[in-house]
Amino acid sequence: MGNFLSMLFTTDFFYSIFRISAPVLFATLGAVVVEKAGFANIGLEGMMMVSALFGSLSAYWSGSWLVGVLAAVLVGIFMGLFMGFFAFKLRTDVILTGIAVNMIGGGGTLFLVNVITNLTEGSAMASTTSLITQKLQIPTVEIPLLKSVPVLGPIFSGHSVLTYLAFFMVFCTWFMLYKTPLGLNIRSVGENPNAAASVGVSVSGIRYIAIAFSGAMAGFGGAFMSMYYSMGWSQDMVAGRGFIALAAQAMGNGEPLGSMLSALLFGFAQALGVKVSAVGVDSNLVSPIPYVVTILGLVVFALLARKRHRKKLVVK
Amino acid sequence: MADAKKVEWSDKETYAVEMKSISKIYPNGVAANQSVDLFVRKGEIHALMGENGAGKSTLMKMLFGMEQPTSGEISINGETVKFSSPNAAIAKGVGMVHQHFMLVPSLTVAENIVLGTAPTKKGLVIDRKKAVRITEEYAARFHLNVDPNARVMDIPVGMKQKVEILKALVRGAKILILDEPTAVLTSQETEELFRELTHLKTEGYTILFISHKLNEILEITDRMTVLRGGKSMGVYETKGITKAEISRLMVGRDVVLTVEKEKAQPGETILQVRNLEYTNEWGRKMLNGISFDLRAGEILGVAGVEGNGQKELVDMLFGLNQPDGGTAAVGGKSILGLSQKKLRQTGVSLVPEDRMLFGIAADASIEENLIADRVASKKYNRGSIFRMKAIRGDTKKLIADYAVLCRSGKQKVKMLSGGNIQKVVVAREFSNDPVFILADQPTRGIDVGATELIRKKLVELSRAGAAVLLVSADLNEVMELSDSLIVMYGGKIAAYFEDTAELNDKIMGEYMLGVQTQPPEETRKVCHD
Repeated sequence: MGNFLSMLFTTDFFYSIFRISAPVLFATLGAVVVEKAGFANIGLEGMMMVSALFGSLSAYWSGSWLVGVLAAVLVGIFMGLFMGFFAFKLRTDVILTGIAVNMIGGGGTLFLVNVITNLTEGSAMASTTSLITQKLQIPTVEIPLLKSVPVLGPIFSGHSVLTYLAFFMVFCTWFMLYKTPLGLNIRSVGENPNAAASVGVSVSGIRYIAIAFSGAMAGFGGAFMSMYYSMGWSQDMVAGRGFIALAAQAMGNGEPLGSMLSALLFGFAQALGVKVSAVGVDSNLVSPIPYVVTILGLVVFALLARKRHRKKLVVK
Repeated sequence: MADAKKVEWSDKETYAVEMKSISKIYPNGVAANQSVDLFVRKGEIHALMGENGAGKSTLMKMLFGMEQPTSGEISINGETVKFSSPNAAIAKGVGMVHQHFMLVPSLTVAENIVLGTAPTKKGLVIDRKKAVRITEEYAARFHLNVDPNARVMDIPVGMKQKVEILKALVRGAKILILDEPTAVLTSQETEELFRELTHLKTEGYTILFISHKLNEILEITDRMTVLRGGKSMGVYETKGITKAEISRLMVGRDVVLTVEKEKAQPGETILQVRNLEYTNEWGRKMLNGISFDLRAGEILGVAGVEGNGQKELVDMLFGLNQPDGGTAAVGGKSILGLSQKKLRQTGVSLVPEDRMLFGIAADASIEENLIADRVASKKYNRGSIFRMKAIRGDTKKLIADYAVLCRSGKQKVKMLSGGNIQKVVVAREFSNDPVFILADQPTRGIDVGATELIRKKLVELSRAGAAVLLVSADLNEVMELSDSLIVMYGGKIAAYFEDTAELNDKIMGEYMLGVQTQPPEETRKVCHD
């Protein structure tokens, strides 16, 4: 057993937690900001799928990973504004709009990739995996000094640019929400839109900003998936991360830091799954682990919240 | 109208607010205002009076840019304006304090005040110190005492209102519209507000004051405009006008403002409440050992400043929430945790405070709303098909009995005015042979006519043997209607008065604000065992 554990908890296991958590973390931050603005963006999954596709294609066409990432983010923002246009301008239900975006993410991308790669490559493919080469992958960064520290070095150094960005964005999101006028406006729109409107804050304007932000985050997440996590886009590659992000947001009580920890928990579960299947456990048993952990996490969170409430009652 | 002095428009004067022959006709054909004239001098406190549905709110919404007039002209200080949004009105120095506060509970007072125009350091980070400084500066200048660092959810209603007024002032308002500002205040808080408003007046601010309360109007305003049925009944000097005259202008008939009732003959205990405890989600103890009995044939009033546990008490008694401890029983059977259906079968009726949320289905017809609690009755069903004749006949009778003003029973409830909506609620709740009626703010924000009808019906039902628990923030109402009365303060029963006849609002105020509290032996007497 001890042998099994030492096989499990290696430095590259912990390294992989961060790598796996990053795309979920991006989407989670998008979910956090949208929730603060008073609604839910259930379309994160679809946004990630679409931006993953356009990110990988743009990288291939331009020959630059940076262009790919930017394209993915722009596509994400565009999809956010597109959702906002339907939800806030044309008054469709925001949840239904999100479901539509998810369906575009599932079926629309597959259709597009067939059409587009057929045009560029001459034969239809169901993925862009052959297009993203090592050269187009999002580069990794070795952190001087840290990289030579034993244990910590292999865990924290050598991640992709986007992985570091994801964790830096946690701070940025917190800062934006709690230190800037924009954050004040977002929180007030979420809590009492009438109050915000009564002092001249544009409620729909703030909601557009929030959903565009979540689109940008989904864009980063999507780019990460197709240009670093995997080499290119393939069907269903986001595999529920957009939904996990919504769970992580809820589990983190809607706060950036707490939601980051929830995203890391998911990363831990998935990394565990990968590792366990690597030592020979049937992958059919292993692949549900992250999802089961997410459900358990939500249950534990709900129980804790209730206990906290009870405890408070006893104290008073 | 011997003494009432009607004031005519003068072309020589430049008014702070001029609204000339304003009409507002909604797309559904309802004419909320019909060529209303309003002129308000600079530096006066001007009352806007009228029953519910008289068009006061609509008129003020147009002045604040929330709605646009169908025809007519608005001028501010002699300059003709067209407000397409509240922002446009704010830019011209018009500010509005809404009846329902427009505040964000989790933000601090200072944050709420600077919301939308938050000061920043280098254009990026909110300058909290400066926000607090601005708040303190304005608070001191206008004698509006607030705590800039407190969270809005933690402050009392009176302070919330000051925050609202400060919000308008910080944005440069010179003309303040106050929509029923005293509806939620205690008499002490009201006095304080009036001092502040008078101070604003001496500083040259113009105040438009919407209220139902005649005493207040007479106390604080200089002039008034009375609206009736969407039309203006003219502008009057407050000096020299009497309550009876205002009432007549408002409703076009003399309204009896007191309710005559025989002395109660209390019977057996119907509702028995013992040691109810409840701590809310923010850890505040809202009910702290509430015990009382309510007997058949009596009206027990529950007075108190809002937020002292009355709402929670009502929620517990009507199964909208569960207490942490204690019991409540009707006719010896526990009602805690019963479904709404079971509660109603036990004979419990509720006139909820929030009629739009709990009282009616806004999009359903009057008929449908009236039978909502008895749809399952055999009388109205044959198999699973409605007996339309029976329904129509009974609802027609209710509509007539309760004088619901409508075109027909098929009309959607949301098309009615507030007072008529409340009549629909009351008609349903009172017509189901209730043994226990829970009336929560039954006449809040409705017109004099509807108020009178509802009060009469309540007395009628109680004299016929129903037990009535009347929760009301309107001091006159609880004192007028109740046979006996409890005052709630800080989640406890602070006082019990077996007979309301010798009470006055001064004594009540002291108990309501916790200046005085009766010893437990006294309050215990409300348990008649």
